[in-house]
Amino acid sequence: MDRAAGATPPNLARRVRGLSDRAIAWIFVAPTIFLLLAINIFPLVWTIRLSFTNFRANRPNADVKWIGLRNYERILTDSDIWLTMQATAHFLIWTIFFQVLLGFALAWLINRKFRGNDLWTSIIVLPMMLSPAVVGNFWTFLYQPQIGLFNYAIAFLTGTDPTSFTMIGDVALAPWSIVIVDTWMWTPFVMLICLAGLRSIPDSIYEAAECDRASKWRQFWTITVPLVLPFLMLAVLFRGIENFKMFDLVVQLTGGGPGSTTELTSVNLKREAFEKWRTGYASAYAVILFVTVFGLASIYVKALNRVKER
Amino acid sequence: MKVISLTEPSNLQKWIAGVLVGGYALITLLPLLWILATGFKTSEDSIAYPPKLLFEPSLEGYVNLFTTQTRQTQDFLDANPPENWYEKIVRNKGMVIAGPSRYGERFMNSVIIGFGSTFLSVFLGTLAAYAFSRFRIPLKDDLLFFILSTRMMPPIAVAIPIFLMFRSLGLSDTHAGMILLYTAVNLSLSVWLLKGFIDEIPPEYEEAALIDGYTRFQAFYKVVLPQATTGIASTAIFCLIFAWNEYAFAVLLTSGTAQTAPPFIPTIIGVGGQDWPAVAAGATIFLVPVMVFTILLRKHLLRGITFGAVRK
Amino acid sequence: MKKTHQLTAVALTAASAVAGATAQADDLTLCWAAWDPANALIELSKDFEAASGHNMSFEFVPWPNFADRMLNELNSGGKLCDLMIGDSQWIGLGAEAGHYVQLNDFFDAEGISMDDFIPATVTGYSEWPKGTPNYWALPAFGDVVGWTYRKDWFERPELQAEFMDAHGRELAVPQSLEELKDIAEFFQGREIDGTTVYGAAIYTERGSEGITMGVTNALYNYGFEYGNPENAYELEGFVNSSEAAAGLEFYKALYDCCTPPGSSDWYMSENIDAYKSGQVALQMNFAFIWPGVHADANVGGERSGYFPNPAGPGGHFAQLGGQGISVVSYSDSQGAGLEYIKWFAQPEVQARWWELGGYSALRAVVEDPGFATSQPYAQTFLDSMAIVKDFWAEPAYASLLLAMQDHVHKYVVAGEGTAQEALDALVEDWVEVFEDEGKL
Repeated sequence: MDRAAGATPPNLARRVRGLSDRAIAWIFVAPTIFLLLAINIFPLVWTIRLSFTNFRANRPNADVKWIGLRNYERILTDSDIWLTMQATAHFLIWTIFFQVLLGFALAWLINRKFRGNDLWTSIIVLPMMLSPAVVGNFWTFLYQPQIGLFNYAIAFLTGTDPTSFTMIGDVALAPWSIVIVDTWMWTPFVMLICLAGLRSIPDSIYEAAECDRASKWRQFWTITVPLVLPFLMLAVLFRGIENFKMFDLVVQLTGGGPGSTTELTSVNLKREAFEKWRTGYASAYAVILFVTVFGLASIYVKALNRVKER
Repeated sequence: MKVISLTEPSNLQKWIAGVLVGGYALITLLPLLWILATGFKTSEDSIAYPPKLLFEPSLEGYVNLFTTQTRQTQDFLDANPPENWYEKIVRNKGMVIAGPSRYGERFMNSVIIGFGSTFLSVFLGTLAAYAFSRFRIPLKDDLLFFILSTRMMPPIAVAIPIFLMFRSLGLSDTHAGMILLYTAVNLSLSVWLLKGFIDEIPPEYEEAALIDGYTRFQAFYKVVLPQATTGIASTAIFCLIFAWNEYAFAVLLTSGTAQTAPPFIPTIIGVGGQDWPAVAAGATIFLVPVMVFTILLRKHLLRGITFGAVRK
Repeated sequence: MKKTHQLTAVALTAASAVAGATAQADDLTLCWAAWDPANALIELSKDFEAASGHNMSFEFVPWPNFADRMLNELNSGGKLCDLMIGDSQWIGLGAEAGHYVQLNDFFDAEGISMDDFIPATVTGYSEWPKGTPNYWALPAFGDVVGWTYRKDWFERPELQAEFMDAHGRELAVPQSLEELKDIAEFFQGREIDGTTVYGAAIYTERGSEGITMGVTNALYNYGFEYGNPENAYELEGFVNSSEAAAGLEFYKALYDCCTPPGSSDWYMSENIDAYKSGQVALQMNFAFIWPGVHADANVGGERSGYFPNPAGPGGHFAQLGGQGISVVSYSDSQGAGLEYIKWFAQPEVQARWWELGGYSALRAVVEDPGFATSQPYAQTFLDSMAIVKDFWAEPAYASLLLAMQDHVHKYVVAGEGTAQEALDALVEDWVEVFEDEGKL
């Protein structure tokens, strides 16, 4: 009990009326752990179990066979799945690139504390609050060459014919169409994190640098960037995890097309699981994905910790 | 008069920054304004080729959003003249109102599930974060990493077992089921975020309260909670944004009774095709609560977003 | 003490009396896709509510999510739907997985005869296995892919003359798919009333079933078969015959030459938008849209005409749509559900169904001498229903469909590979599905 009390001296703990600290600690933590075990871990274990079977959730009466690693074998040798991985990589890399670039630039500018920055920040944050499914749906409308805003806006700026290009229908442009929408939607998120990072840098550091006659350029690279980097990396981690899982926006926007150009792994997984109902196969697929994210994220978190400690 | 400061940006710098940020804000606003405007177009104007910037506003989209309509025979139309303004709008399209639409229900489901799960995840998150911050818990770091890792799971990865589990527990398509689910998904975020805030509240305050004869509960309730308001508020914003807009689980696990608005809005159908004004109207109305919530708690947002994981 | 017992007994009797009464006035939920006809059905069903005392409620899911959501519901043994107007392809799954109640005994008892319905709809919506008298649904809504065209544009003398010069025949309803392509090409990029218009809006949607429902209209008519007519699961040489490949090439050529820019992911709704906003001269779409087109302020009335899918070198078919109405086996109100079907099958109700814009499949309605002229599209509907062919209705139809969506979209829209390669790959995937199913 005394050990559990930890933060408070033992004689104090004894004076506390009511429950002991250890009891309180467990009462406070238990519901969270229980809920996560029930709704995250238990299903995950179940998924792993199913991944070794040929179970199909839409045929409750068919007998379930234990088929070992066959599902994994099928997935890892399927070339289509590697294509979906490539599509996912393209989406991940470019959304993160643009969101970091724009998000950081905006935060840096907003940190100039010009008049009205509050209002503009509030406006910029708006897209983040929309539902990705609704956004995806509405952007199909904006991307229509004949009736949509996007093509007309580009045409207005560049002087080309609005119907001369199609964002969703073109094999070369479609992967960018989803990058654009995701960037529009989530840049504010990265911006907010960067802003928090920038505001956490005390003015005194800059003042000291100014006294040392360091140039603005030098200050930017030696003070601003290193101090904001942990925040930025955290933003990248969260966007990375979210975008790896993301499928609502793409399903609504392109349906995976043209062909399978924008068929992200998460979209493909959804088809296997809830359209073809190959539950066992889809479970193996899900396990592979989870292991991938988990692996990448742990490496990344290690790197993040190293940067933080520096 | 010139204020001399070493770190304060010059007026010119401010001006340029203002123009750039304002420009980006306007670009980002365009699609939103288009959604807003489309909500007030007639269905013909909404798909006009080429698109219309100027149009005569109409409430057709909003009427369509809240009603179900059907064609009727000419005899019926002649025998039953429209009784009010919204019936007139519908009649102009040669349709009659057959009843209310499901939008109201879906919206209410979103309110119940969104705010319910937000409350629950913040509540449980605060308790757990407090315990992790103040008490020595065996395997604390492992538990914390375990909590974070649950965030990495793609929803589809656990959707099948959750689907089967909910089916056997009778939680499928219920408010309670969805609230529990969203709470579980949000808990990782909420625990990590709140732990950062509570860590920053000096434990001496509570110790003083304990010496004054408060119980642990009282100390937590009367001393720690008020100090953690900022953290709780910003956590609530992020939990709400997620739960309010979630689509994957909603589309898979809910149907008739507990379905929320995000799976519903993209699927509003008018005469023949998609009813864009009604979709836009639905999206606009759906944005309002979360926008108001965020504006109310805005001053906490910036601090909250550090997620507690990165500390000074 | 004794008094309490008596009270309980009274309460129990009262409760059972109430329960008895509610059994007579059930709450029935009917599930269908969210579209025009569904709203008309709400209106129609008000008569049923008045006549039976049952309460109807409706659960409509839009097409892109219809199959996912409803099959999810059925697969989980859900009680949401008492009546299901499920898509024609689900019938195999509905029957084999026990989602639907078999209706033979009920039909016999109530004197409902399947001979009274259009034969294609009985095969398409009710039978499983196909070609056997096992009925799992009553044909509820007849639907088929056909074409809508801008009659007002076709009738312009200057266009008439120009088309005559170019092709040596009148600008009129096409008699073959090739002629249709000529017309579409003729309109593509043309300036009409100050805007650039395009040839045809065709189905290209990737996510659910769109491009399959479109491309089959070309495939069938060039000689594509789902399998050996002698042996349904022998695919090689039927699905990927050179004729079938020619059909697929035709569809791609049509997509490349004559569709509006950006029409790479279009299905019913987008095609309607394009047509109503005056972008296209021709529109491929299911017949359900015709009442809406006819009533439209911009393109309705005399400005639009309708024609069945034109013939090709290998035959004359059109893709079947439409649905039958089934009683869900998990429902607690099967009795009331059957009552609804009995009511719905009556000729007067079916006649009113047609009046409200629902395509009745009852022969008494469509063979009525006044039917063909009752609406400008009525004759086209009849002609189209005579040439229908449907996609697989196997329990694994979803896997078959997804494979087709993938390969066809890759070739037609993304332009990968050749038609032959796409169909060869399709055969490979389908064989795999049937092997998994144990049918091969």
